[in-house]
Amino acid sequence: MNISQNTAPIRLTVPSDDLSVRDALLKIENGLHSINAPDAVCGTAQMVLAEILNNVVEHAYASKDGEIEITLSPKGDMLFCLISDAGEPMPNNTLPEGRGVQDDTDLMDLPEGGFGWLLINEYARNLNYRRNNDKNILTFQLALSE
Amino acid sequence: MDLSTDVKNDVLFVTVEESRIDAAGALEFKEDMRKLAADAPPRVVLDLGKVTFLDSSGLGALVAVLKLMAPEAKLELAQLGGAVAQVMKLTRMDKVFTIHPTSDAALASTSAI
Repeated sequence: MNISQNTAPIRLTVPSDDLSVRDALLKIENGLHSINAPDAVCGTAQMVLAEILNNVVEHAYASKDGEIEITLSPKGDMLFCLISDAGEPMPNNTLPEGRGVQDDTDLMDLPEGGFGWLLINEYARNLNYRRNNDKNILTFQLALSE
Repeated sequence: MDLSTDVKNDVLFVTVEESRIDAAGALEFKEDMRKLAADAPPRVVLDLGKVTFLDSSGLGALVAVLKLMAPEAKLELAQLGGAVAQVMKLTRMDKVFTIHPTSDAALASTSAI
């Protein structure tokens, strides 16, 4: 694998709806493949970005329309990610932790959500959230090599 | 959502004929599975061999289907690709679902627990 030191950033402006997010994720996957990121890395990056973008659509914008700005800058073997939106702030201005399922949970008590932040926290490094000029700004890095 | 079905030895096999179960398709998937489950035999095996991407909304839909089928029927999974298996493991849902390497292996197994 050989990822260029100075590859142009991937920049996307995405309307906040599920189908536009799906389309953006496919573009990002293609973009990462084109800079020779391994399949597993592309898969993990798509997973993390999907959860973040889904959360923006579902919570930050909830019932209103808006746009999500995505900038992904490959530098060395890291992908520097910046996601911003003009939706509602995170509750208490802090990032949620997410949860997995406990081994002894009864079937009917199994959670049907809340997995997203668990997946994000597993792979996103230096995850930082700030509110600036009525925008949510989330920055983090993803590994581009296995 | 494009789902194909087959019944063998009183087991309903459902194959997802699409590459993604994501936020854009999770609700439709859940509704389609609800309809299929309505008169399904006690074992339903969902073949995910063609699915390359499952997000937390898709996973939530799988859990919802597991719950809505219980206790009369049991949802089992088969042929999880790398990315799907990764999500199942990280959320520990691999401990909740019975997972078979392939649909054929599911057919051979008698794990109607």
